[in-house]
Formats: sequence, C-alpha cells, structure tokens
Amino acid sequence: MELNEKELEILSILEKDARIEIADLAKMVGLSIEETEAILNKLENDKVIVKYLTMIDWTKVDDHQGVRAMIDVKVTPKQGVGFDEIAERIYRYDEVQSVYLMSGTYDLSVIVEGKTLNEVANFVSQKLSTLESVVSTTTHFILKKYKHDGIILEQEKKDKRIVVS
Amino acid sequence: MKATGKSYVSKTVRDLKPSGIRRFFDLAAGMEGVISLGVGEPDFVTPWHVREAAIQSIEEGYTSYTPNAGLLELREEITNYVKNRFHVEYSPSEVIVTVGASSAIDTAMRTILDPGDEVIVVEPCFVSYSPMVTLAGGVPVPVQALKENDFKILPSQIEAAITDKTKALMICFPNNPTGTLLNKQELEALAEIVKKYDLLVISDEIYAELTYDETFTSMASLPGMRERTILVNGFSKAFAMTGWRLGFVCAPEEISKEMLKVHQYALMCASTNSQYAGIEALRNGREDVEKMVKSYKLRRNFIVNSFNEMGLTCHMPGGAFYAFPSIESTGLSSQEFAERLLKEQSVAVVPGDVFGESGEGHIRCSYATSMEELKEAMIRIKRFIDSL
Repeated sequence: MELNEKELEILSILEKDARIEIADLAKMVGLSIEETEAILNKLENDKVIVKYLTMIDWTKVDDHQGVRAMIDVKVTPKQGVGFDEIAERIYRYDEVQSVYLMSGTYDLSVIVEGKTLNEVANFVSQKLSTLESVVSTTTHFILKKYKHDGIILEQEKKDKRIVVS
Repeated sequence: MKATGKSYVSKTVRDLKPSGIRRFFDLAAGMEGVISLGVGEPDFVTPWHVREAAIQSIEEGYTSYTPNAGLLELREEITNYVKNRFHVEYSPSEVIVTVGASSAIDTAMRTILDPGDEVIVVEPCFVSYSPMVTLAGGVPVPVQALKENDFKILPSQIEAAITDKTKALMICFPNNPTGTLLNKQELEALAEIVKKYDLLVISDEIYAELTYDETFTSMASLPGMRERTILVNGFSKAFAMTGWRLGFVCAPEEISKEMLKVHQYALMCASTNSQYAGIEALRNGREDVEKMVKSYKLRRNFIVNSFNEMGLTCHMPGGAFYAFPSIESTGLSSQEFAERLLKEQSVAVVPGDVFGESGEGHIRCSYATSMEELKEAMIRIKRFIDSL
C-alpha cells in the first residue's frame, strides 16, 4: 500500500520511539492531534504498525541474562508448499523468536532464546534437528550485543560540541 | 609600552566588537545541566564512511600539501555537485577549496575590496560578515530584513542602501539565524537590482542542502548572475563536517584566479585529509544528507509548533536548523531574555540582536539537538515564560 509523506514520517518517528506522546508526534508532523490519531488508527488497523515493543537490555537484570542463539538450518523444501510448511513448524515453538528464509548456503535462520545454554542446546538437538525436513543445523551463540535493531547499547552519550557557537 | 599609551594592536581590530555569541558561550560554559539550543552545528557526527576515507588517507601517508586550489579530484567532484544540485556550471579552475565557508568569505572580501568600498550586508546574519568586510578594508552597510516580511529582504531596501561606493551584496539563504529561505522569484527580484547597479553578490549557501518545504535556488543559477556571483558553500552543515574546516568557493575565472592569490598567500591549502573526506562525502554521502534533512524537518516542526503554542510567535523557517521566535510578548529584550533563561532554567539560546538590529526581540534556537533535549527545553522555556 502506498503511504503519504505524513504517514511515513509518523512511522519513522515511532520506529525509534514508540512511547512518544501523541501531542509531540502531532507537532513533529505538523498535524492536529485528531488527524494524527486517525493516521495511527489506520496504520494499526492495516497492520502496518504490528505492535509497540520495548527494547530491554536483560543483561543488566540479575538472573535474567538468558541465552540467545542464531541457528542456520538447512531443510528439504516440500513440493507445493516450499519452505513455508517447515518454517511454520519451527516458528510455532515458543523458544523461537524469529525465523527468516535466507539466500545463500543455508535456508532458514532461526533465532532461539532460552534461560541457559543447556536449554537452547536441548531445543536444537531434541526438537529442531529431529524435524523431518531438517537436514542440518549450525548453532551460533550470541556472546555480547553491541548494536541491536539500530540501537547501540552502552553508547557514550556525551555531546562533544561546544555549548554556543 | 603603557607609558607611551601605544597599543601594539591595530585600531581596526581594537574597534571590532567582540562576537555576541562568544559572550553567551562564556556565560554558559561554566554551568552544569545546561540544555543548549545555542549550537550552530549539526548534532550528527560525520558519517562513518566519510571519517573512514580520511583515516585511510592518513594511513596511506597523504600528509603533504595539496595544490593551493585543492585536490583536482575534489574540485571535479565539487563542479559535478554544484551542477547537479544547484544547476550552475563551473570548471575545476573556477573552484577553490577553502578552510570552511568562513575562509571562503574572507578570501572573497579581500579579493574584491578596495579601501572604502561598501558591502551591503543583509541582517540578521552570521556574526562574521561585517567584521570580515572591515578587516578587508571595506565598509559594511547593514540592511535589515524585517520580521513583518518573515525576514525576507526586499529589493527596495537594497536599492535604498546603494551608493556610488557599493561594490557587493552579501547574502545568506537559508539564513542563519532566521532560517528564512528566498524562493526563486524573490531571488530574481534581488538579482534585478544587482544587475541594474552592476554589483557583485557574495552568496553564502552553506545551508543550501537543509531546506524542507521549498527547493533551494542558487543565486548563481539565475540568468546573468553566474558572472557576478561568488558562490560560497561547504561541507559543514550538509555533511555534518564542521570540525573538518572544509568549504569551497566558486566564481568566474577572472575572479577565482585572483582569489587564488589571496588564498595561497594566506592559507596555502585546506587540510589534506579533510579534502579526502570531502571527496567521499560528495561521492557517497547523498543518503546521509537526505536522512539528516528528514530528521531536522521533524524537529523543526516540533519546535516551531511548540513556540507558537506557548505564545512565542515563530514563523516556519524554510531552511537551516534554526527557529527564530519572537519574545517581544514577554516585554524583555533579547539579551535579558536569553540571560535570564540561562540563569533561571539552564537553557542556552542566542539573543537575536547579536545577528543585527532587526534580530532584537527574537532568540535563535538551534533544533540540531536530540528530541529528548528539545522536549525538555520547551518545558523549561514555557516554565520561564509563565514565571514572568
């Protein structure tokens, strides 16, 4: 669907700050609060805006560090349904955070989250690898997040500019 | 030396007024927790690929002088850029790479002025134009763009200031501090006067990339104006490269070759590594510029709408990254307003009168600041106004 300039502006703002107050959002795009709300409703109804999420740095919270792994999965696609069927079988698991169909040397990129390394390892060996069309898996554990969805974690916030110029 | 009362400093320099911006810098510098809307530069850091190009040039040992006019490769990119973006054609020999736009203006003034020549300076404007005219031996003649015209200078005002000593007209659109942009028709009307009286225009187009609703027109692109325009531009604002001190000046050959003498004797050449960064910026920086412009536009809307909502009338600036609201409704002078706002609410803005007489009653607020800070600044300014 084709969106107009204001709609695109609203999306670009919300993508960075989902909690912005509607009054501020309206001022930024130069519309009334009512007009802005109408656009939001439309974008939500059309599922262009799918959800408003919070980005949390769980490593800062005791006992909530968790483990995240990116798993390269090779599969045998099925006639008629291609990769969709196996992708669906994989994304139904609660442990699975994301599933992407990839170009290149493997087929599906699966991101799995668990409380411990063991939990993720068990998921891969007992659930994922045993699926009929899965040919092979390669598991990469994430050791440290530096930048996530465009946000640099632990960024130095100092303004290096002189105060008045 | 005191005994004889002799000063080692020239009378011209002693008589120069210190910059009003400088005074506010000194006031704000010692304070904690200040939100500054006083900064006249982008809040973006130079795009990484541009920084990397400079690093690479250092690694490869490009640490010597470049030709006086700048690297040919860069001047070629500049001619392409000016042609594609602003529709004016120059040859690389008509381009000089300068140490920021400031040195381009200084070089231009020293090239064109004989003692006593007058330069009409459209105010409010950046604080250095008139001093540069004075230092070059000329006489600045300020003409005030008025708030009732949204700070657009009228051709009749220029015409009224012309004498037989008038040599040039100094303009800057989009304007620092007002953000005002002249559209093509308005520029054409100015150009008619310039042609009628056979003047030269020094057009500071450093904010040319930062326009939001209307497209920018370069003075030099108008019919008959290329031969009488010294076009000044640079990398600072468009590519977030203020600290690199990289600008350029384009002028017809008979002027540029004379400017090159001034430039070479005074400056030799612009920083070599900055020039390599400049090549990368022009070749691969278009997306960066567009991203920054989009971001400035949203913040401009926010700050201007916020000012109007709290009762400080503010015209919607067409370009640059400054809002220039009127604070006349508070009954304070712009100096009083800015100083009290800083002391009472820790928000730094620049009083409008430092940019020229007609800037009185206004404050310059840069919106090249994060949304979080802008929001907080608006809350504090509102609180300040309510306390009056």
